[in-house]
Amino acid sequence: MTPSTALSNTQLLAALAGALTSGGIRVVDLTQTLTPDFPQIVLPPEMGQCWPFRIEEVSRYDERGPGWYWNNFSCGEHTGTHFDAPIHWISGRHLPNNAVDTIPVQHFVAPAVVIDCHVQAAGDPDYLLTVADIEAFEQAHGRIPPGCWVLMRTDWSKRWTEQRNAEDYQNFDDTGQHTPGPSSEAVQFLVDQRNVLGFGSEAIGTDAGQGYHLRPPYPCHSVMHGAGRYGLQCLMNLDQLPATGSVLICPPLKISQGSGSPLRVLALVGV
Amino acid sequence: MTMPLMRPQRKNPVKRTPQMNVPPWARGRVALNLTAAAAEGRFELQVCDDCQAVQYPPREACVRCLSSRLKWRQQSGAGKLLARTTLLHSNDLFFRERLPWQLGLVQLDAGPTLVVHLHGDVAASPAARVTVGARLDRAGRAVLIAFPPEETPHMADDPMLREMTCDPKLRKVLVTDGMTPVGQAVVRALVKAGADLVWVGHAEPWKRHGSGLDTVTSLPQVSLVPLDLSNGRSVTDLAGQIGGKVDIVINTAEVHRTYGIAARRGTDAATAEMDINYFGYLRLAQAFGPALMGRAADGTLHACAWVNLLSIYALANFPPHGTFSASKAAAHSLAQCQRAELRGAGIRVVNVFPGPIDDDWNQNLPPPKISPDALAAAMVKALRDGVEDVYPGDVAQEWLERWRDNPKVLERELAAGG
Repeated sequence: MTPSTALSNTQLLAALAGALTSGGIRVVDLTQTLTPDFPQIVLPPEMGQCWPFRIEEVSRYDERGPGWYWNNFSCGEHTGTHFDAPIHWISGRHLPNNAVDTIPVQHFVAPAVVIDCHVQAAGDPDYLLTVADIEAFEQAHGRIPPGCWVLMRTDWSKRWTEQRNAEDYQNFDDTGQHTPGPSSEAVQFLVDQRNVLGFGSEAIGTDAGQGYHLRPPYPCHSVMHGAGRYGLQCLMNLDQLPATGSVLICPPLKISQGSGSPLRVLALVGV
Repeated sequence: MTMPLMRPQRKNPVKRTPQMNVPPWARGRVALNLTAAAAEGRFELQVCDDCQAVQYPPREACVRCLSSRLKWRQQSGAGKLLARTTLLHSNDLFFRERLPWQLGLVQLDAGPTLVVHLHGDVAASPAARVTVGARLDRAGRAVLIAFPPEETPHMADDPMLREMTCDPKLRKVLVTDGMTPVGQAVVRALVKAGADLVWVGHAEPWKRHGSGLDTVTSLPQVSLVPLDLSNGRSVTDLAGQIGGKVDIVINTAEVHRTYGIAARRGTDAATAEMDINYFGYLRLAQAFGPALMGRAADGTLHACAWVNLLSIYALANFPPHGTFSASKAAAHSLAQCQRAELRGAGIRVVNVFPGPIDDDWNQNLPPPKISPDALAAAMVKALRDGVEDVYPGDVAQEWLERWRDNPKVLERELAAGG
């Protein structure tokens, strides 16, 4: 069905609203809950650290405020399910409109494709998404359109959402972290050949845990942000999305010169 | 002979938990010097600089020559028992609940005659030799105790003495951070000292790999619990689970970075230090303090103590570790507040002020550095001896001496590199 050929844009939007109301279009939450024990990105201790999510009661219908309940919270820009802006990485530092407050808002609502790597990641926590994986995906589902999010499904999020195992979610050993991510070649391909909007992952970073040892180090940060593209990480429920055809709504907080932000990531999915 | 402390029968949960009635605590300004010495494990009396008379009780002037030039000097405590009596009745609630109670009259070889609490192993013979020592009682006030001159078996288990000390034997202890070498050493020392159960906290469990934590959690007395002092919910959750059972809290959690003001851009490292070393301690004190206070008279193995790992830098700022020093000074100040609040309930606050610890963050400091094991041993000894302030190791002792001599001179010396 191609309603856009038959409907005006106003009618199209009304149809969307109707489908949302009727449940014909489902909203899937791709966001991990912000909680103090959610695993936090780890850097060597001598470096600056991103704050974990912390929350303290201001009052709870008590002597501190008899009729109301509220909290103060603190966290870093890269805490929990979060958005990475190009300014986050040194490769994107001089780009125009590179911070969360200046990125064109049109980019915060965009289509997504989901490349399923959960079988590979189950066998290899260091699994790197390859160009071959992308080509196989396109063979089955068609070419990735420009301006689209590419989400890497690994089911890694279930180590937290289902098993509540922070150690397995982080997956450190003596050589550092072991979590899946994209290869350098795959990132370069998505940027150069497919002109994607950004890359999203279920693990704690868009790059693999061992991404520091790739060339360039942290390719998804270095290349994506260097090209003005975005990142989403700590996503969940990617197994509820179709390979193609979903639309992501992911506006970060409007932080002046913000490098990123925790956010609610929603996906619109046709039922 | 003292009966060794045996594991008491389990508590009857239907019965009301007895509440603490502390012994009388009011003391004059002069007499508080006795407490100040006892807080560090010393027995001091006034000695006249003019006529060398040793006197007790403390006074403003020498009872022999009326000189006001009185100095507090450490005493050996050697003396003989003149008389003994057994208290069978008291209107004071603390003693009333602990009768019978042995009292004695001792003449020190140094001169003065003292009324003392009697250790059960002091010989019954007339004019028995004794050694008098000063201890802090449940109100945090110095009292004098006559001990037998030689150590006797299970001496520490004397019921009167146990009121003055915080022996971890058979007690249940929370060590707040087991991820550090110090935390692990404290756990090992507690197990060696006969602790019944040691809960050891660990934050950010994904960092445990290679931390050495596994070496202590394999001990049968040790139970690993999640605890992150930077997270108020984590602290209150744990207090809700085990707060009613903890007899001793030992706060070993600390963040230590090696910056002054100019060496680090921004406040992130200083914030992390303050968040654990000061606010984390405050969160812990709010969550666990009331539970300890409520169990201060709960049977033989009642709640008894709170131990803070501070730093000698709490007394005077060590500029190369300037923000760490500031956070420990803040913690020290809070510990004084906590001591004032818990003392009335019979819970002792023990502050430990080590010099540099031989760990990663002091890698660039030359020795001497106190080893985690030596620091842990000093903490356990402090609990057994019932002291309040501990300055373990050579560096701490030297700093303390210089600080007491003249804090301003020490400040200038530290500014010039130590």
